[in-house]
Amino acid sequence: MSLLLILTIVLPLAASLLIMAGADPRRTSLVAAVVNLAFSLVLFFGYDRTAGGWQFLSEWKILPKLGINMTLGADGLTLVMILLATLVTVSALWVAPKVEKYNGLYHVSLLFISAGVIGAFASLDVLFLYSFHELALIPTFLMIGIWGTGDRQAAAWKATIYLGLGSFVLLIGLIALYISIPSGHRTLDLRELDQLATSGVLHPSALIYLLLLVGFGSLVSLFPLHSWAPGAYACAPPPAAMLHAGVLKKFGLYGLIRIALPLFPEAMHELNGLLLLLVVGNILYIGYVTVSQKRLDWTIGYSSVMHMGYIFLGLASLNMIGVSGAALLMFAHGLSVAAAFALCGEIRRRTGTLEYSELGGIARTAPVLALLFGFATMASLGLPGFANFAGEVLVFFGATAAGSVMVIPVIVAVWGVVISAIYMLRAYRNVFWGPVVQRWESVADIASGAKWAVILLLLPLMIAGFYPQFILKMAGTALPH
Amino acid sequence: MNTLYLEIAVVVLGIILLMVESYSASANKARLAWIGAIGLFGVLLLSFIPQHAPAPGSPAAAFITSDLLSVFFVRLILAATIVFLLTVPSFFPALRISLPAEREGGGLGEFAILPIFVCAGLMWMVSAVDFIMIFVSLELATITLYILATYLRQNTASLESGTKFLILGALSTGFIVYGISWLFGTTGTTNLLALPSAIAALPEAAVTPLLFGIGMILVALSFKISAFPFQFWVPDVYQGAPTPVTSYLSVASKAAGFVVLIRLLGALWAIPAVSHQIHAVITLLAALTLIFGNFAAIPQTNMKRLLGYSSVAHAGYLLMAVASLSSKMAVPAIGFYFAGYLAMTMLSFVVLQVVSEATGGDEISRFNGLGRRSPLLAGAMLLAAASLAGIPFTAGFIGKLLVFEVALKQGHYGLVALGCVTVAAGFYYYFKVIRAMYWQQPAEETSIAVPGALRFLIAVLGAAIIAFGVYPAPILAALR
Repeated sequence: MSLLLILTIVLPLAASLLIMAGADPRRTSLVAAVVNLAFSLVLFFGYDRTAGGWQFLSEWKILPKLGINMTLGADGLTLVMILLATLVTVSALWVAPKVEKYNGLYHVSLLFISAGVIGAFASLDVLFLYSFHELALIPTFLMIGIWGTGDRQAAAWKATIYLGLGSFVLLIGLIALYISIPSGHRTLDLRELDQLATSGVLHPSALIYLLLLVGFGSLVSLFPLHSWAPGAYACAPPPAAMLHAGVLKKFGLYGLIRIALPLFPEAMHELNGLLLLLVVGNILYIGYVTVSQKRLDWTIGYSSVMHMGYIFLGLASLNMIGVSGAALLMFAHGLSVAAAFALCGEIRRRTGTLEYSELGGIARTAPVLALLFGFATMASLGLPGFANFAGEVLVFFGATAAGSVMVIPVIVAVWGVVISAIYMLRAYRNVFWGPVVQRWESVADIASGAKWAVILLLLPLMIAGFYPQFILKMAGTALPH
Repeated sequence: MNTLYLEIAVVVLGIILLMVESYSASANKARLAWIGAIGLFGVLLLSFIPQHAPAPGSPAAAFITSDLLSVFFVRLILAATIVFLLTVPSFFPALRISLPAEREGGGLGEFAILPIFVCAGLMWMVSAVDFIMIFVSLELATITLYILATYLRQNTASLESGTKFLILGALSTGFIVYGISWLFGTTGTTNLLALPSAIAALPEAAVTPLLFGIGMILVALSFKISAFPFQFWVPDVYQGAPTPVTSYLSVASKAAGFVVLIRLLGALWAIPAVSHQIHAVITLLAALTLIFGNFAAIPQTNMKRLLGYSSVAHAGYLLMAVASLSSKMAVPAIGFYFAGYLAMTMLSFVVLQVVSEATGGDEISRFNGLGRRSPLLAGAMLLAAASLAGIPFTAGFIGKLLVFEVALKQGHYGLVALGCVTVAAGFYYYFKVIRAMYWQQPAEETSIAVPGALRFLIAVLGAAIIAFGVYPAPILAALR
């Protein structure tokens, strides 16, 4: 079984080697992605929940002198994230068009993002956690710069600088964390770090937490480090936006849950006020900015920034309910935003524009596209029946239980649901309903390939919406009680 | 096996090739480069036969040693020379243009043979423990390099580069000889092994002249390793010299300079009379080199100049490790850094050589759309740039990690903080090349052909970058 976990990382890399050697890009990458999804399902259901803890462990010694080993392993939360990654990968590769320039590189980049992000989730060594994330970032930049639309180079450059600096601050934070461990105990292994924290050996300063928060935060587009995100998503080719917004961005949250939550309980408590302030910025400020957007891709881009606020709120509640809500919301948001970007790409391919002022009435000739987009919209604004709802409710409960300091953020967050209803419903109306614009009288409906790719994302969303325990029980194995 | 045999074998190989060159009528000068590379590869294999240092007390022991450091760097220099020789035949078309045409192929052969003598000089230099030996081997290497740097005789840039290199090289030679004479005058020895005890016996008043001598030698070595403020020759010489020579200069000759620096400082590091000043100077040198190399690289538009400044920047990271010489891990870190540096720098110069041959220039804009014109070259450059910038899973990342680690353990927090800033600057200028290759439109669509030998080199060097980045233990074990 532990071999299977390694394979989920190796398989996309092997497929990209095959593509570089001349195999058919689309077929090879799709086969690899589907097999990988099957692997992740086997791992997901093969995880022994009653035993809990880290399973499927494997280890290679890289620099034993420095305590650097490549250790892979998974607990419930890891497997939820890997499931999310493989689902979105299949869907992204499915909707990936045949591009004119560098067709092979396009698929190779997507596979590298997938391998990198799975590797990051499955790494127990902090250094490899970081390294795999970098491996996924570089192809993302390349994809925006090469195949993006609009002002692609500026967007890619901005994202590169923000995320490059963000991950750099993160690296400094991790190194500082390593040094702050009393010598003799120094380790980069998450399991040993956890033990050091519980046994009271580890007393990292709040400053290191701040570095990690800024580092991870800029990767997750935490207010005010968010401004790279909407432009990058608007310009990125849809599969890249799906993988980044859906999965790769969650790495920052995953890192905070894995590293900050267990190792910095005091610092997180001390600096919770700051985090809450930023959360309010994320929800309220970005929420209103989203309302004022005039294009569909920018609306979705900003909404994905805004929804990070809810997940951060769950983290900031520092209790089991809130954090498991955050974990569920990570899964749910990943799927719903990926579906939204996939559909957004489909609309752009048909109309060539995403301006609200030019669109309207597309549902008349493209009813399935409209229906699926409706589902994605409802999921994103947290309608009961979708996992997003369950996640948000848990976050609200968790936050309320955390005490009086959370009252204002919770009120803001609940108001945020109204804000997202405003912009998502308006977007839905402007694009699909209203009087039919003459130019769009014969817009084709969604192709069956893309349709199933989106259904693949929406179905787990509804399953987890009706039966959230399916995710929560798994994610719960990773959280302190 | 006695350690001198390797160097003697290299010199003999060079002399035989020179004879063959002058007496053979064959116009196929490329064969000389292949034979040279195969011969050096044989010497590289011989270096794995266990060697014993000259017996203590024997005349050779006063000049030459064979320790882990010298064995490692002898291999590194042999490897760099082999890479150089393999790139030479594909550089012949560019050479032919600027060589006199009286005799078909005249002057080409020497370009393939002279590097072998540089190699011998550098090999001696990394094994030398006496300043006289260091000086003689240094001259053997640099005088030959002057010739190689000016090889494009019809090209004014190459002449300018060679002249600058010659004048500044001669100046630094002056510094080192002057420094050695002060050192000898105060301590009565030129031997590095005898230096610590000689200094310990010195009266208080002799410390200042001693420091002056050491300072002069450090100035000369700073020229060789291109440390600030003696780096100013680097961009001009790199830009003008033939590309394979530039590549060799930035790897092999710099490596030998660092080994001498390590040996000199290793002898002085723990001596209370001088250690305080030396630690301060090296730390300052590291900081200034880091700042200058990285920030001056940002506005560059010429690839060779960019790589020149980047080589200054890497000297800064290496100096960070030198400044932490008290740590046992410092020398392994430097050795590993150089192994990775060899692979990534030489790989980027191989790509540059093909690109400038095909497009007629060295500007970064010549790389525009390279991803479309040659996926192989663009992929190789992507890998090299990623490694130079220090992205995980490449040799460059592990190298920087090791250097930062030893610096942190020695308490050089300021240097490490500075290093973090300069790494971020590095991301910017290396990414500029990647951006040109993939984001920009190519000036023309024709694909670029890569000669077979270079394709082989690209594969080997690329594999080395990833292999060192994923599994660094064997290289580190070679130095411990």
